[in-house]
Amino acid sequence: MASQAAEEKGRFANRNLVSGKVQFLLHAFFALYSLACIMPIALIVAVSFSTEEDILRSGYKFFPENFSLDAYKFLFIDWFAIVRAYGVQLFVIVVGTVLSVLMMAMYAYPISRLDFPHRRFFSFFAIFTMLFNGGLIPWYIVYVNLLHLKDSIWALIMPFLAQAFWILVMRTFFQNSIPPAVLESARIDGAGEFTAFLRIAMPLSKPVLASVALFQTLLYWNDFFLPMVFIVSQEKMTVQYMMYKALQNIQFIAQNPTIAAEITRSGGQIKLPSETVRMAMGVMGIGPVVLAYPFFQRYFVKGLTIGAVKG
Amino acid sequence: MARRGLKRTLRKYWVFYLMMLPVIVQLFLNNYLPMFGIIVAFKDYNLTDGFFGSPWNGFKNFEYLFKTRDALVITRNTILYNLSFVVLNLVFPIIFALMLNELRHRFLAKVHQTFLFLPYFLSPIVLSYIVYAFLGEFGFVNYTILPLFDMEKIAFYFETKWWPVILPLINTWKNLAYYVVIYMAAMLGIDDEYYEAATIDGAGRWRQTVSITLPLLVPVMVVMSLLQIGRVMFADFGLFYMVPRDSGMLFEVTNVIDTYVYRTFLVFGDIGLSSAAGFYQAIVGFVLVLAANWIVRRINKENALF
Repeated sequence: MASQAAEEKGRFANRNLVSGKVQFLLHAFFALYSLACIMPIALIVAVSFSTEEDILRSGYKFFPENFSLDAYKFLFIDWFAIVRAYGVQLFVIVVGTVLSVLMMAMYAYPISRLDFPHRRFFSFFAIFTMLFNGGLIPWYIVYVNLLHLKDSIWALIMPFLAQAFWILVMRTFFQNSIPPAVLESARIDGAGEFTAFLRIAMPLSKPVLASVALFQTLLYWNDFFLPMVFIVSQEKMTVQYMMYKALQNIQFIAQNPTIAAEITRSGGQIKLPSETVRMAMGVMGIGPVVLAYPFFQRYFVKGLTIGAVKG
Repeated sequence: MARRGLKRTLRKYWVFYLMMLPVIVQLFLNNYLPMFGIIVAFKDYNLTDGFFGSPWNGFKNFEYLFKTRDALVITRNTILYNLSFVVLNLVFPIIFALMLNELRHRFLAKVHQTFLFLPYFLSPIVLSYIVYAFLGEFGFVNYTILPLFDMEKIAFYFETKWWPVILPLINTWKNLAYYVVIYMAAMLGIDDEYYEAATIDGAGRWRQTVSITLPLLVPVMVVMSLLQIGRVMFADFGLFYMVPRDSGMLFEVTNVIDTYVYRTFLVFGDIGLSSAAGFYQAIVGFVLVLAANWIVRRINKENALF
């Protein structure tokens, strides 16, 4: 640790960094740019806590003129729809991420082994999917007419299970960080190939597994395309898909049966605060990622850099 | 002899084949079957006859497609936007990476980097919310910024002229962190001895940047750009479909091959046109990816796909 610090200090000394004044300007620049990254989110949050009248009168503002929870109250008339969308999303993320990381690792391990004669063929079998793809229509026909997954929750999971890019990243990692001697000694101890993979290769590869798992989680969380193509029924909607519907046509929320019933019962007392509800819906979808990513950023950076070395 | 070799291999490594089976099946269904299915572009596909039963119709679908103005518009939009992204994804990340690399205060540098990363994690849907919050009817631009300059409100979702600026801006904002990380990693790999020697020779920081850092980054820059150029026929569906909110008035400047294929198929139900456009994209895209990979391979084998 100490030597690393000394090294770092030495590095900086050698690189003869720019002077204090320039340092200050650089920090000022990055502080401004940080604002440019965070302010758009802040705007959405601010509008979601405003009253609809204020928005209609003076537009979207970074500071609510009158603080209000109306948008959230309206959205939560049918709180179950939101909870259900989160539930579907969570199911898709957990099942999809665990399955995909496991499947990809089980594919990447054999092709990482230099003694496996067919490793080149199976590497190329994965790589070719990055070079050529059949496009939307044949892909759709396979899922809908052959596998009959229209309006099935599996259609939200299956398409992302095997990604050639991460298979290659894992392969390279296995090759570089599992000493063949360790595997050899396991074999002498009588461990089968699968046991060696599970007991030796997997624990040694935690960093790459964590990175891939995070990228898969983000992929499943951010996806809107699969529900847009495959999902019809309300109860299988994900959070992103609900957000999409709400932005495209805010009446979508008022058409929700529970909310519609509530509006009728109030005899027109409750009106749809369309702009603020929209942004409240946005906050529901942005929140988890914005709160979580600073903690996981390290693994993302790691994943990006190993991915870039061998893509 | 060869067969006995195969037999022995199978006996020795049967566990491996079993381990690989799930991904083999998945890639077969998700990727390889659709590759063969691409011939649907030469058929007059209808649902009752299905994939095998539908009659062939030669190049009819392609004739229809290339007779429309859409073919030109989507090709132009896809390629021009992507090329602008290649340039922007080169210039700005390099500048940011160089500046971040100069920061002496480790903690603050980390903080800046964390903020920089935020847009990278946002989904296309969230991006569309953000753009709407600024450019919508009641958006921040129309109600706060334009009045400052005594300007009339602008109906952004109905006027094409703004989008060739908005889309590259959003794309750069979102992807900046990714390329910054790549270029910073490359900078870390530069040997300190170059800088030591330059310092002894009396070169200042600016001189070192121009004469050492930038030239040594050129291979990485070329590879990163080539990888993007190889995919110039494939557009970011989320960016082009979601951010302009699928506004029909904007198709002239927002329709790309991917959004065209999606709309003609799943919105208008025209399988002929859609599959022809998909085929066109797949084939031209394939050639470009191969070409880009071939060049990358000649520069640095490590970065080539195969």
